[in-house]
Amino acid sequence: MISRIWRTRLAPYALILPGWLWLVIFFVVPTLSMLSVSTMTGNDLDGFKQTFHLSTYSDAWSEYHTQIVRSLVYGLIATVLCLVIAYPVAYWIAFRGGRYKSSLLFLLLLPFFVSFVIRTQSWEFMLDDHGMVLGTLRTFHLVGVMKTLHLVSSSGTILQTSTAVIGGLVYNFLPFTVLPIYVALERVEPSLLEASSDLYANKFHAFRKVVFPLSLPGIFAAVLLTFVPVASDYVNAQILGGTKNTMIGTAIETEYFTNLNYPVAAALSFILMAVLLIGVFLYARILGTEDALEMAAA
Amino acid sequence: MSEMTPYADVADSPSTADSPSTADDPSTADDPSTVDHPGTAVPAIRLIGIAKRFVSRRGTVTAVERVDLVINEGEFFSLLGPSGCGKTTTLRMIGGFEEPTEGQILLYGRDVVGVPPNHRDVNMVFQSYALFPHMSVYDNVAFGLKRKSVPTAEIRQRVNEMLDLVQLDGKADRRPRELSGGQQQRVALARALVNRPRALLLDEPLAALDLKLRQAMQIELKRIQREVGITFVFVTHDQNEALTMSDRLIVMNAGKIEQLATPRDMYERPASRFVAGFIGTSNILTGTVKTMDGTTAILETGVNESLVVPEATGLIAGQQLDLTVRPEKIVLSAEPPGPGLCGLRGRVMEVVYLGTSTQYAVKTAEGADLLAFLQNASDSSDVAARGDDVYLTWRPEHSLCLGQTSGAQLDEEAVA
Ligand SMILES: Nc1ncnc2c1ncn2[C@@H]1O[C@H](COP(=O)(O)OP(=O)(O)OP(=O)(O)O)[C@@H](O)[C@H]1O
Ligand SMILES: [Mg+2]
Repeated sequence: MISRIWRTRLAPYALILPGWLWLVIFFVVPTLSMLSVSTMTGNDLDGFKQTFHLSTYSDAWSEYHTQIVRSLVYGLIATVLCLVIAYPVAYWIAFRGGRYKSSLLFLLLLPFFVSFVIRTQSWEFMLDDHGMVLGTLRTFHLVGVMKTLHLVSSSGTILQTSTAVIGGLVYNFLPFTVLPIYVALERVEPSLLEASSDLYANKFHAFRKVVFPLSLPGIFAAVLLTFVPVASDYVNAQILGGTKNTMIGTAIETEYFTNLNYPVAAALSFILMAVLLIGVFLYARILGTEDALEMAAA
Repeated sequence: MSEMTPYADVADSPSTADSPSTADDPSTADDPSTVDHPGTAVPAIRLIGIAKRFVSRRGTVTAVERVDLVINEGEFFSLLGPSGCGKTTTLRMIGGFEEPTEGQILLYGRDVVGVPPNHRDVNMVFQSYALFPHMSVYDNVAFGLKRKSVPTAEIRQRVNEMLDLVQLDGKADRRPRELSGGQQQRVALARALVNRPRALLLDEPLAALDLKLRQAMQIELKRIQREVGITFVFVTHDQNEALTMSDRLIVMNAGKIEQLATPRDMYERPASRFVAGFIGTSNILTGTVKTMDGTTAILETGVNESLVVPEATGLIAGQQLDLTVRPEKIVLSAEPPGPGLCGLRGRVMEVVYLGTSTQYAVKTAEGADLLAFLQNASDSSDVAARGDDVYLTWRPEHSLCLGQTSGAQLDEEAVA
């Protein structure tokens, strides 16, 4: 009797116990302790005491809201650019890759076997005043055009501009965009393309009416997977952006490691988390429904 | 319903199914001026010397080899054959999804080789249905008409009529995944038919359905085909399906046509050992010709030299020939065959009760295994029991000559 109850009722819980433990130890406990730190007061030398000092939040917001807004804006721009670049790549691999599909995906991920920081650092060399990007632009006399478009600084440099930061973000997070779209496209049955061709659709219509709508769930996931890490990134802004283009991640990093102001760093983390959660929630509510996907398909 | 049948005149015209020879007449095909006049003698589909070879790294696969075929307008035409014989490839070449390596494909006299599917006036029903999962049933069916820029009001009317025809009215707003297999199948059919194609290509459209539903859909398909009068080219590997539904059919084997005939002829007059073995349950016997009486061969085998094979043209004494007898044509009896009947001696090895009939497996004195189906009459007890020695008799016209034995098969079922 007992063994039966054990098997039917308790065993499932026992089986997910490791998962729960993992979540509690590595997610719930740190989050709660950060939450508690965010309302402490004190300083690094005398130590921090819990005083439920909530105004840290409003202070942090008034000091850093520009960085938060900038993070969201950079996040949006980078995500859109990622989508524009990733979609054709994913499409090409999924439909034209043939038996090289997995090799092509591997090539896509190859740069990411190198450390994130090193990769961003090498972007710094490329975007340098004497680097290959500006060199190429100069060769084709495009620096002037870039200046009018405000894509380079007034002195004609790229480093320390938002262009550099967004460029780095797009480069670093592109695979997060490609992979979900690839998965969605890969699942589109070839017979559906044949069917649309049979029903008088040319290649463009087949894409517009069949392939693209069926890839929307992939795009939806790609946006989430790209936007969230991009908006909270701090490496690109720090290495490529200089002081004028800091993002919220950079601010948290500075407060934590340089100013040793743990409560502000913690409060900022929660503000960022709240903003992203609300954004993601709204996004999912508005665009993640079947109706919305359908409207986009019509 | 008549406004839905662009070629209704053809559907009502007497079937040309029994005269493949006239359909083969080349003079009817090549006049382009008749292309736009359905109902004239231009065949709906004509394949001339079609071959398809797939070249891959691992070598060349010949899927279809020198296929010549004429399919008439309004005909229900089936391609039947074992797996891998090239049925799908042939159909896909007609639809434009595969280009032939050699040969010509004429649709109403127009050579369509190189013309993409969206510019061919035929529609396909895919084996997997290939319904658009993100569209409602209505939008699936309307897809082709929208692409052809048919006015919206007409689209609505035609789609609704078509959904009525396939008995899916009321399901227009459903998603394909919310439908049963049979309903999805009918959506696929409606989606193709609503475009009023000049021919409908169906690749094993019923293969995914269970037996009962499949039989219901067979009747349904036949009804729809009669109502719309469109040429159906139907691929199946189910011989019952092909025999019950088709006006004419071909049996394919290894990329070639073994035989083109009406279902009855295919069953009663198989032209080759392959067809005889593939269609129905066939008893295949091999015997040596003793003498020829006109075109009738008298074999060395058989009780009192009674085993004769009519229409064994071109054979001479001493040659070996294959013949076949359908199991339901054989009668079992304890007495030797009467005058004018073919007969063999044998022993009953197995008796299987099948409801309306009983199947007897008999081993002949010469060592061949034959099957006989006997109807179960209301009063009859079993004609013979296991282990009984019996005579198998049949009328001479039921001995079908399959031609001279080709060497390899001699050792298998040698009678003599
Ligand atoms: N794209 C392809 N590449 C290489 N070989 C192919 C291709 N398509 C078909 N074949 C080969 O051509 C032959 C005929 O294939 P086909 O699909 O026409 O057979 P089928 O008669 O439809 O069989 P089934 O009843 O199993 O569907 C097979 O040997 C198959 O392996
Ligand atoms: Mg097939």
